[in-house]
Amino acid sequence: MTSALGSDAESDTESDDAERASRSRGGIDDAGDGDRDPQPHTIRLELADEPGQLLAALEPISENGGNLLSIFHERGNVTPRGRIPVEVDVEATPDRFDAIVAALREEGVNVVQAGAEHYAEEVAVLLVGHLVDTDLSDTLRRIESNPATSIADFSLNAPEGRSDTSSARLRMATRAGETAAALGLVREIADEKELHVVEPLAGGAV
Amino acid sequence: MSDGKRLAVLGAGAVGSSVVDLAVEYGHSVVAFADSSSAVTAADGIDADSALDRKSSDGVVGDDDPDAALSADYDVLVEATPTTLGDAEPGFSHLETALERDRHVVLANKGPVAERYADVRELERESAGEVRFEATVGGAIPIISTVEDLSPSHVTAARGVLNGTANFILSRMAAEGIDYEHVLAEAQDLGVAEADPTFDVEGTDAALKCVILANVLSEGEREFTLSDADVEGITNVPGSALELAAEDGRTIRLVGEATRDGIRVGPRLVPQNAALAVTGTRNIVQLETTHAGQLNLSGRGAGGPETASAVLGDVGRLD
Repeated sequence: MTSALGSDAESDTESDDAERASRSRGGIDDAGDGDRDPQPHTIRLELADEPGQLLAALEPISENGGNLLSIFHERGNVTPRGRIPVEVDVEATPDRFDAIVAALREEGVNVVQAGAEHYAEEVAVLLVGHLVDTDLSDTLRRIESNPATSIADFSLNAPEGRSDTSSARLRMATRAGETAAALGLVREIADEKELHVVEPLAGGAV
Repeated sequence: MSDGKRLAVLGAGAVGSSVVDLAVEYGHSVVAFADSSSAVTAADGIDADSALDRKSSDGVVGDDDPDAALSADYDVLVEATPTTLGDAEPGFSHLETALERDRHVVLANKGPVAERYADVRELERESAGEVRFEATVGGAIPIISTVEDLSPSHVTAARGVLNGTANFILSRMAAEGIDYEHVLAEAQDLGVAEADPTFDVEGTDAALKCVILANVLSEGEREFTLSDADVEGITNVPGSALELAAEDGRTIRLVGEATRDGIRVGPRLVPQNAALAVTGTRNIVQLETTHAGQLNLSGRGAGGPETASAVLGDVGRLD
């Protein structure tokens, strides 16, 4: 089977069959049309601090045809439950990615976040107000408490010193379709802390 | 182009005065002109220059009572008195009087169509006169008539920068790295901002324009007033926020959005090179349409002759 980009109407049937075949045998080749291409995915795991845990977590990835891109093992950053967060970047087709996540869970690995289009969207907002006095780290923690949101970048501009009005730029990576919910949470937290939010326009309108 | 009309112009501010000044150039005559305390009427057309001279030297336009203008024999009432909120008076009563006499009304005053749109449409239905209000949104920019041409049902949203004062302040703050208070003082010196800039910097003026657009888009299905709008102004935007935006290739604009579902006005992040990131006192409106894609209309959103050109454009569209 060859990998054909694009989807001509006449080749649809053939390509569907090919995909089914590919899935049923665990797949070696790319299935064909554009959204079946391997994409990078991020998986967040929490591992017990015991020998062999990391290796056990990586096996299901290679066994299911995932291409390991990077591993970020945050040993110094233990979770409240005493586990170690690990962020793994994997390249895989969406189908294989689902299989990887399922296999990890079968192995008893605690998968905190995983998704085909994980962090597919990025949105920047500004926060204005008494950012430092209103517990900035709490603000950020709560924004990230939404499993669909990860803070990709954060800049603080406090020209008058920490206790006065300052501004922050927050770039959030969100799962596809979750941007509105992420912004909603930011608004909610900001309202509570009497901060102002400067949002982009919805739908990429410019 | 229709035949010349006989106009009664109420309001002798920048817009009313410019209408009086330009009417003849557009083929119309002004048979009555009034400010809040005086009026001048003449069946064959007033002497525009002398009325405007008198207004600037003595503060009155003529010797008659203002009511004389309302009862004059005109074809079109041009309502250009200051915008008022709530009951939209006295503008609304002026409109009512004209429609009851089966005369047309062209509004530059936002009050009646922002606060009492359903009442205005109701009075219009019972009258042989028509109400037009291009000048209430975006000054010289033909927004309402464009929506009308597209048909409101084919316009899904309107958004834009609709207050020149707020936009001037934000673009100066971003360009010069100076604070709100300094730029506001500069804007006041230049005559771009009024002594009391509340209406502009708190977003009220932009919101009224969006309310009018939302009323036009919803075609009577739902009536909007200022109280339905979610409004935030620019007074909370510090220079530090504009700096952070600029680092990212973005800037902040006071953007108003109007749809059939509601109105939202507030400072928003937009790319620096985006159509919406107009600078200075310029305005822009973006229309999202079902069949024609996105339309961007930009130009001068305020000013006497600019807004008067929208008023006279409306007069020309009347039968």
